[in-house]
Amino acid sequence: MAEQAQATDTGPRPIVPWLKLTPKPHLEALKCACGAMYLDPKRVACSKCGASDKFNPITLSDKGKVYVFSVVHQSYPGIKTPYVTVIVDLPEGISVRANLTEVDALEAQKEPNKIFNLPVELTTAVASKDREGHDVIAFSYRPSKN
Amino acid sequence: MRNVYVLGTGMIKFGRYPDKTVPQLGGEAALLALKDAGISIKDVEMFACGNLMQSNAMVGQRILQQVGQTGIPVINVANACATGSTAFREAYISVGAGMYDIAMAVGVEQMGKAGLLGGAGGGDPAYLTEGKLGSGTMPAVFGQAGIEHMRKYGTKLEHFAKISVKSHKHATKNPFSQYRNEVSLEDVMNARMVGFPNTLYMCCPTGDGAAAAILVSEDKLKQLAGGRKRAKVAASILTSDPWTDRDLTLPDVSTLTRRASKQAYEKAGLGPKDIALTELHDCFATAELVHYENLGLCGDGEAGKFIDEKGGVHPSLGGHAPVNVSGGLLSKGHPLGATGVANICEVVWHLTQDDRAKDRQVPNAKAGQAHVIGLGSACTIHVLTV
Repeated sequence: MAEQAQATDTGPRPIVPWLKLTPKPHLEALKCACGAMYLDPKRVACSKCGASDKFNPITLSDKGKVYVFSVVHQSYPGIKTPYVTVIVDLPEGISVRANLTEVDALEAQKEPNKIFNLPVELTTAVASKDREGHDVIAFSYRPSKN
Repeated sequence: MRNVYVLGTGMIKFGRYPDKTVPQLGGEAALLALKDAGISIKDVEMFACGNLMQSNAMVGQRILQQVGQTGIPVINVANACATGSTAFREAYISVGAGMYDIAMAVGVEQMGKAGLLGGAGGGDPAYLTEGKLGSGTMPAVFGQAGIEHMRKYGTKLEHFAKISVKSHKHATKNPFSQYRNEVSLEDVMNARMVGFPNTLYMCCPTGDGAAAAILVSEDKLKQLAGGRKRAKVAASILTSDPWTDRDLTLPDVSTLTRRASKQAYEKAGLGPKDIALTELHDCFATAELVHYENLGLCGDGEAGKFIDEKGGVHPSLGGHAPVNVSGGLLSKGHPLGATGVANICEVVWHLTQDDRAKDRQVPNAKAGQAHVIGLGSACTIHVLTV
């Protein structure tokens, strides 16, 4: 048992708790009986209806559509720019903030209409290492390939 | 609630004051307001102080330690960018409720060159997510709010840029403004992009500043005004962000502004056409554009046309609905805690034909409004009348 625990401990870490890495990378949310959804898995209560006991976890689709975006040219020190930051609407009815990868940021600025409603899919990559040396896995969206 | 009036106002020029402390900046504004009111700190019965970046450090008391320790109740207020206006509202409530007759509100901030501001991209994370899960920087977040308008109504980069041109032009007439340079449409459009569609000149600067107001009851006004024209607080509204579908992902600065605006007009018994000038929260040009519609200055989807100055009614000085004649946050500056009180000072100065607004005086101003958004979110709207 001890060996197993240690083996798990050396594995990659999701950058946020709503990213699950197994069996394949996906996002999870809490859905309240009233229909409101939240990415935060430790939510106290529903801020739409106030219920605290009507949550169920749901698995979110790995495909969605871009609602809006911005192109970040100035960020914090050490963060490579420019990059495209997006709000993606998922079919379940929840929105997610993420990066949009595999698109030309400057082209996106020139033709915003090509980004609105763009079908996208979830993808993951190693974002950094934490203090203990574990890979930290982040998710982003890229234009859907199928 | 009793009627409440603004007996005095004070503001220091927004800029950079690395050699001064926050209580010194706030104290200077307080003294200016007391002098303008014609009273002393000994007359003040209650003090609400707005400051964000030292909100754990008893700034209000430290201001009194500069200008007069009279032992009065002090409350220190923090409410993001709506910090100053919320402090003003606390002073308004304390007089309106009949608890005190003379209250002081000060908004003060020393930001230095604080940079981009804003949290991490993904919200409450264990790891730094900026640039990895999108962006939480203010230029990008407010950029997305502008892009939402672009998506809905086909708004162009040029529309946002025109807002910056207008505000910079206004600022040339305001000696209290941090920046007083005119910029052309080409300057704005070709400036360094910060967070699309906000170029450098479409982003407010960081800086230092302070503003203060003395609020009094009607009885005290009669005793102390000495025939001077003074503005009445016709509405003081504060809202927070109600639940909307995307608010927790893409902060919704519109819904709480629309709610506040509806309440403000109802409370004041006025409509948008009665408002001679509006100071609104243009932390970014994209924000100003969406608030034209949120405050009912133009119809939904018409903000682009409104700034194009093709509709007969437009937001420039000389138009029928001037917006941010002070230069706005874009040019006048945005020392976070000072902003909400400074905006009220600007409106008051126009309503009372104060010399401090003489070069940019909006003619025949009988009513004006000051709107502030604190992201996270809080919205205040104050309607003032004479």
